[in-house]
Amino acid sequence: MTGTFNQNLSVRHVRGSRWQAAFALATILAVAFLATLVLTIVDDAFGWVIMMDETDRRELTRDGVTLDAQNTAQLLATIDEHLSPRRYRALERELPFADRGRDDLYALVLAEIVNPEIAETYNLFESLVSAQAIKAQAAEEYPEGLLVFRSWVNARFLLAPQSAVPLAAGIKTAILGTLMTILITLAFAFPIGIGAAIWLEEYARDSWLTRAIQVNIYNLAGVPSIIYGMLGLAVFVRGLEPITSGAIFGASAAGDTANGRTILSAGLTLAVLILPVIIINAQEALKAVPGSLRQSSLAVGATKWQTIRYHVLPASFDRILTGTVLAISRAIGETAPLVVIGASTFLTQDPTSIFSKFTTLPIQIYQWTSRPQAEFRHLAAAAIVVLLALMLSLNSFAIVARNKMRKQKRF
Amino acid sequence: MQHTPTTDRFEVALGSEESAYALETRNLNIYYGDSRAVNELSMGFDRRKVTAIIGPSGCGKSTALRSFNRMNELIASARTEGEVLFHGVNVYDPGVDPVQVRRWIGMVFQKPNPFSKSIHENIAWGARINGYTGDFDELVEDSLKRVALWDEVKDKLKESAYALSGGQQQRLCIARAVALKPEILLMDEPTSALDPISTAKIEDLLDELKKQYTIIIVTHNMQQAGRVSDRTAFMLLGDLVEYADTKELFFNPRDERTENYISGRFG
Repeated sequence: MTGTFNQNLSVRHVRGSRWQAAFALATILAVAFLATLVLTIVDDAFGWVIMMDETDRRELTRDGVTLDAQNTAQLLATIDEHLSPRRYRALERELPFADRGRDDLYALVLAEIVNPEIAETYNLFESLVSAQAIKAQAAEEYPEGLLVFRSWVNARFLLAPQSAVPLAAGIKTAILGTLMTILITLAFAFPIGIGAAIWLEEYARDSWLTRAIQVNIYNLAGVPSIIYGMLGLAVFVRGLEPITSGAIFGASAAGDTANGRTILSAGLTLAVLILPVIIINAQEALKAVPGSLRQSSLAVGATKWQTIRYHVLPASFDRILTGTVLAISRAIGETAPLVVIGASTFLTQDPTSIFSKFTTLPIQIYQWTSRPQAEFRHLAAAAIVVLLALMLSLNSFAIVARNKMRKQKRF
Repeated sequence: MQHTPTTDRFEVALGSEESAYALETRNLNIYYGDSRAVNELSMGFDRRKVTAIIGPSGCGKSTALRSFNRMNELIASARTEGEVLFHGVNVYDPGVDPVQVRRWIGMVFQKPNPFSKSIHENIAWGARINGYTGDFDELVEDSLKRVALWDEVKDKLKESAYALSGGQQQRLCIARAVALKPEILLMDEPTSALDPISTAKIEDLLDELKKQYTIIIVTHNMQQAGRVSDRTAFMLLGDLVEYADTKELFFNPRDERTENYISGRFG
């Protein structure tokens, strides 16, 4: 035995420090990417805009009263004077002018006569950094224009349906579509996913069949989502059209051309999409329940189901819930499969039932980003902000619920 | 599946003293895959006595114990041959429901494993799912008194069982088993995770409990076997080497291997 020890400490520590630095760098990069993402979106969602009125508001001053302070009679006179006879008759048919309130008339004057349009938009960054230059440009190029700071996310945006006019366009239809679709997804994917996980984890014997099923579930979790769109198109939209269109329930009203391209089809497609994720996650949650808990229940003469129902499920429910919410977040953001099964890209009518035509937030965003006008880019950014807020609130709900449940258990 | 006849068989058999033993094994073989963990075990356990099973790690004593109330079959690779007779009924008979067996043959585990529920519910739950019709508060009080835990917990029955110390938790687990009014209590190294004071309390308890129950305890600790048991079995490599009155086995072992083990020469 002639071996000696050469501790070589400095080299070992240097090596360690280098790895440590690499890991820190990786974290910094990840944070930087996320920050860039958020900044880009926020940059587009807020900023100055130059508004141009088709008819100058100052010209509409009547009896020395500015437009925004005019009463019903003055507004009616303005409408009489400026609105084309054809448009007047059309609006009269909708609702007689005599029956309209003051605010309604004011909104009409704004939309039909003043008709403000956005002449130029600026990003938040530009608005903050080069405010002077923007003001100068506005004064020079649009002397009649009105320079205002605009939040593209606003109440009107949330509550208005889709429109071809950027100022009028909103995401109410898309939000309703997303919420209804996700409810369908949850209603199908949660019970089926948990059920399958319980069977696989608690009941199934280890055989080539269960192993094959298991491997396939793992593979399905990695299948690109557009493939699920093809499946949804073939099975739900076409194959099960009588059901998904609501025809056999007598729900398909005349003039409704949704066929199978309904909220129900979309929800089912997304349910199939996240099913493997929910199953795998629930299986992991069940696996994490210690065997001693199962044994203690069985040893007092409980049946297998009683053991699962009263001990295993309560002990794993926090993890199951967290995983389900994460899967649902993923489903909310899915676009490709919905495009394949035929989401409506321009829908101004709110969904009335699960057999309605649908659009969702990601579809809406996708549609707006593919338009050339700058305004729609800002609208897309605003919709992204809403989508992210929706997801963040879902995830925080999951975390809070999990922590609350976790406090109650310990093993 | 129809389990009702089994229920009747146990309850009819229960009153009769037809068997000399509370529990008897005949040619019991237990395998894990291809390897045999328990080898032709034939032994009887006296009524209302404490029987200890000792032996080095891997000798099959825990496996044997878990097979008495069919807990061992929860291990997927385990296979059991032979008979375990409880009141003349083989618990491995195809018509016997393991759930029924476990209700009469209770079990206490190595690590305390109370339910993630209140102290009250830890006792009452097992009774409730087994269709107990009496007063639950009474049952909880009686069971806790039997394990000398009542005075310590009577004011916090609604609190989580995890708020108790390890020793208290283990006594709660014993009370949980006792609440079902079983015939036999199986204890798998019940004090190995406990401190000496908690251990002493549980050992004292066994003296009380054996007035009503047949107790079979597996232990690593030979002193413990000597202190608490009336009869002791020594197992080695899956074989029952020697089985005798405790004093006899410790002071006058017949087999050389027993002598080597209890004198600390291996194990």
